[in-house]
Amino acid sequence: MIEISSLSMSRDDVQILRDVSLSVPSGRLAAIIGPNGAGKSTLLHCMAGLLAPDSGQVRVNGQDIHALREQGRALILSLLTQSQGAVPRLSVRDLVAFGRWPHHRGRPTPTDHTATAEAMARFDLDALAQRSVESLSGGQRQRAFVAMAYAQSTPWMFLDEPLAALDPKYVRDIMDRLRAMTGTDTGKRSIALVLHDLSVAARYADFCIAMKAGRIIAAGPWRDIVTSALLSELYETPLRLAELDGAPVVVGL
Amino acid sequence: MAERRLVALSLGLLGLCALFLFWNLRAPMGFILGLRAEKLAALVLVGAATGAATVIFQTIAANRLLTPGIVGFDALFVFTQTILVLGLGGAGYVALADTAKFLVEASLLMGAAMALFGILFRKGAEDIIRMILTGVILGVLLRGLAGFAQRLLDPSEFAVVQQASIASFNAVNPDLLGIAALALVCGLGAALWLAPGLDVAALGRVQARVLGLNHDRLVFTALGVVAALVAVSTALVGPVTFLGLLAASFAHALLRDHRHIVLIPAAALMGAAILVAGQAVFERLLGLQSALAVIVEFAGGLLFLALVLKRRTR
Repeated sequence: MIEISSLSMSRDDVQILRDVSLSVPSGRLAAIIGPNGAGKSTLLHCMAGLLAPDSGQVRVNGQDIHALREQGRALILSLLTQSQGAVPRLSVRDLVAFGRWPHHRGRPTPTDHTATAEAMARFDLDALAQRSVESLSGGQRQRAFVAMAYAQSTPWMFLDEPLAALDPKYVRDIMDRLRAMTGTDTGKRSIALVLHDLSVAARYADFCIAMKAGRIIAAGPWRDIVTSALLSELYETPLRLAELDGAPVVVGL
Repeated sequence: MAERRLVALSLGLLGLCALFLFWNLRAPMGFILGLRAEKLAALVLVGAATGAATVIFQTIAANRLLTPGIVGFDALFVFTQTILVLGLGGAGYVALADTAKFLVEASLLMGAAMALFGILFRKGAEDIIRMILTGVILGVLLRGLAGFAQRLLDPSEFAVVQQASIASFNAVNPDLLGIAALALVCGLGAALWLAPGLDVAALGRVQARVLGLNHDRLVFTALGVVAALVAVSTALVGPVTFLGLLAASFAHALLRDHRHIVLIPAAALMGAAILVAGQAVFERLLGLQSALAVIVEFAGGLLFLALVLKRRTR
């Protein structure tokens, strides 16, 4: 479970997070939504311990994330950032294997090789194993980076806009895989991700964190709290939460 | 595959060393071999230190065009030489004991380099443009200050500075080779110890931290190793700005591997091979008609331009 209490953060005299408090239960696929500049990515980076808040606390599975050292954090949570750097000529297999680094610190064991192979298989990357990351398409590349985060074998996975600039086919592919790995059973993960596509969020997320101007407007199970009125207020434009062929969609009016 | 190429590179360097030692060997063989062995040791030390330091520096800077020399290290060396001559006088400078001068210069360069790199990297190694500009501007400032100080020297003192500012392998004090070799072994050992962390650091600061690496500590330690390696090689023979770029680029091209455990030795071997081959050709074929450093700078400069243009057209 993630417990955030009274989290505030400013940068260059601009208040980005204002007294944020919320709880996210384990085993969920939690979507962080809100307009541009709401503080979604900053919140995710604070939750991952990469940004230090001015005040407040983030506890992930009972541990104060900012009191942990880098390696301790890397065993609890993984983060996929918006811009991923790739080393020239780095193969897909080697990239995914980097996910095991917090476990072996440069001396991989058979367990690490097995975990890498499982991540490769789960994300259908075996055929691309020897390809260089630079040569992949946007969707394949994103899949490889998500697989690296998966190989880290952390209870929590954080993803910052993992669907940016992806075609609908790749969006569906990645979200289906993320949905399938979410849960509380052994081996399943808890996921928090920043999403801009509200229809995708409505279809896949079971928990919602709605943010605006650095504050939490609403947080809770998607079905309980997300309404057309909430979305319209959040984005300051008329939006409607509807159903199309049994699947939820969000349309602008 | 990369390991095999590393072995081939090692064998190639051994062959070049043999060629350097025995090509055109005439009586008195023992005496000439001794002289050549000293020069060979200096070439290998400087090439290995510069190549290894450049690969590490490029990884930390996330840029394969940068070398410690390009961001102001060489200007710092020339400035130091000028100030020493200005302070001690030409005769005083020349009269300095070689070992003491080497140790003082290496310590001074290392201290100054740590301060310089510390400033460049303080706000994270992500801001490459800021880093390059700061380094270039500091280099220009130091060269300007050195140029100003050189105007205060008389012609004989100026000649001393000029001689000390161009890399030369012809007059290396053999007493210094032992100290430099010890520093190189320690530096390369530390570099190989850092190699797994450097692999992760190559993914970028944020990703490395996500993977549990204390990135800032690694960067500071690695910069210490870079400063030690470059300071020792520069204090030994003088600055060779583009040697590192040549060695690192060839090592990357030859190995096509991201692992620093093979890249660092490859760049070290490549740096040594470039200098040994170059010096052999100069001494045996061209009759010492120029300085090896001049040609290394020329070839390195061309490679630098080629890499910049290739990057722009991508």
